Amino acid sequence: MSIVVKNLSKQFGSFKALDDVSLEAQSGSLLALLGPSGSGKTTLLRIIAGLESADRGSVLYEAEDVTHQSPKDRQVGFVFQHYALFRHMSVFENVAFGMRVRNRPGAEIKQRVQELLHLVRLEGLAQRYPSQLSGGQRQRVALARALAVQPRILLLDEPFGALDAKVRQELRQWLRQLHDEIHLTTIFVTHDQEEAFEVADRVVVMRGGHIEQSGSPQEVFDHPATPFVMDFLGNVNVFHGRVENGMAMLGALNIAYPEYPHAESRDATAYVRPHELDIERFPFGTSSLEVRVTQVNPAGSVAKIRVFSEQFGLALNVDLNLERYIELQLKPGDQVYVSARRVRVFMPNAPEYSI
Amino acid sequence: MLRGICLESPSVMSTQRILPGFRLSLSFAISYLCLLVLIPLVALFGKASTLTAQQFLAAAWTERTRAAYFVTFSSSAIAAIADTVLGLLLAWVLVRYDFPFKRLFDSLVDLPFALPTAVAGLVYSSLYVPKGWMGQFLVPWGIKLAYSQSAIVLVLTFIGLPFVVRTVQPVLESMDADIEEAAACLGASRWQTFRRVLLPALYPALITGFALTFARAIGEYGSVVFVSSNTPMKTEIAPVLIVQKLEEFQYAEATAIAIVLLLASFMMLIVINTLERRTEAANSSAN
Repeated sequence: MSIVVKNLSKQFGSFKALDDVSLEAQSGSLLALLGPSGSGKTTLLRIIAGLESADRGSVLYEAEDVTHQSPKDRQVGFVFQHYALFRHMSVFENVAFGMRVRNRPGAEIKQRVQELLHLVRLEGLAQRYPSQLSGGQRQRVALARALAVQPRILLLDEPFGALDAKVRQELRQWLRQLHDEIHLTTIFVTHDQEEAFEVADRVVVMRGGHIEQSGSPQEVFDHPATPFVMDFLGNVNVFHGRVENGMAMLGALNIAYPEYPHAESRDATAYVRPHELDIERFPFGTSSLEVRVTQVNPAGSVAKIRVFSEQFGLALNVDLNLERYIELQLKPGDQVYVSARRVRVFMPNAPEYSI
Repeated sequence: MLRGICLESPSVMSTQRILPGFRLSLSFAISYLCLLVLIPLVALFGKASTLTAQQFLAAAWTERTRAAYFVTFSSSAIAAIADTVLGLLLAWVLVRYDFPFKRLFDSLVDLPFALPTAVAGLVYSSLYVPKGWMGQFLVPWGIKLAYSQSAIVLVLTFIGLPFVVRTVQPVLESMDADIEEAAACLGASRWQTFRRVLLPALYPALITGFALTFARAIGEYGSVVFVSSNTPMKTEIAPVLIVQKLEEFQYAEATAIAIVLLLASFMMLIVINTLERRTEAANSSAN
């Protein structure tokens, strides 16, 4: 079942939570709404579920307009950040709740609950109470409960936000597997870009109540549409400079920039990810910047190097692979030269150019 | 909440505590309890023990006293039930909705605690007598709220109302909106959500509130004496009977009645407490 959102707007007092947002999630897809807090992602999800009403716009499940339906009638599975389990009910009763309120026969309920507990790998814990479970287990109970009513779509609001890193990682992969098994159209909200990229088929980046960019994880990561997306998707080094006559001049880094052949000089900002910078012992032409190494941290899969350019008062983060790091034998205080393999230039009010 | 003195086992007491002052605060608490509750109780039993068993029965177990016990306990029970329902409603409205003068209404709830109960009794009786502000409309309809058992229930309901409101209110406030939303998404109607999700979570608080109201109503004297006609066998409550005995200088007989009242209340409170603890345990081992 596909989900279509058309021109949604929502205002809380003077705060514009959503500003004319349109979106489509294809049937059977897993879509991530990604953005910082206050970007409107949760509001959008809640309007899709019917937990919040929109000021303007409409929500469609497949061809059915559900804008004015109550959540009770929409048949959606919703998973909350803080689980929202019923504390006075056992795991079994929590999962059975949706069927109990529909007056399903006891035998059917029992069978279905057992199936679901098997699906979320909690078979042995049916008689436990939520307080006797770990966070990860609670969230799986919440998921089983949401799936018990055979929802048309599944919505998850920061489902792993309250869990610790390792459990989050496990549940993420598990959610992806589960989705591949049951093919339920799923939208989940997250502020963790890694989570969004790892799990989703499509990522929608939101900011200030509107959609900044949407596309496949690869598309969004490789071709960020705006400086905001670039910045939000992970560490970046920012260079302020100018473009003119087919050149980008970013401090001491001069880089060919054929997309802007005009003689008129314009301000521009360039973004370079840490792994797109390289370090050399010796300068090479006009495209390297003299810097001093201030910090070296080789722990992890890459060596994280911090360098500082005294000439421009600019601190940069560089990620080197470990072989390269060992080859260079970098120490704090070393004088080295930085070059960029890839630079994204954004000019105010201009589309992205990549070189 | 109504809990007995619960001493921890010696092994727990002897272990080192992070916060100092356990011994000091415990002994202070126990001496206070003894001074304020236990010693007067012992004195009460001491006085009653001057009676022989036959004298005790003659004082505390006559047709008139039995009728008085019945009036006391039935009125208190009805008032406590009414307060539990009303108090839940009131707490719900105060927590869930915003309306003008909400703060004012919220502080009005505590008024029965502050008002001398005799004043409440006088006001109620003057309102509901046939010529009173309310009575002039109600009495022609056959609703006689002054000088009847209904009057006793009415005034006891007034006295006990804050207990339920104030025990339920914080529990309601601490409930997250998301459990109601979860129930709605799972297809529950508003009523189903209330009955199956919210009410069970409120049971412990409701039972506590009920017990407090009930206990308070059994001991109430000041207001009832003014709204009730205090007719023996009909509208006479046990505390009134005790005062009468005192006025006749029959102190030991008065304590005999008091002891029956006390034991009955104590037993009921134990039952209620057990019930409360059980629902609390069912509410998933104190999450």
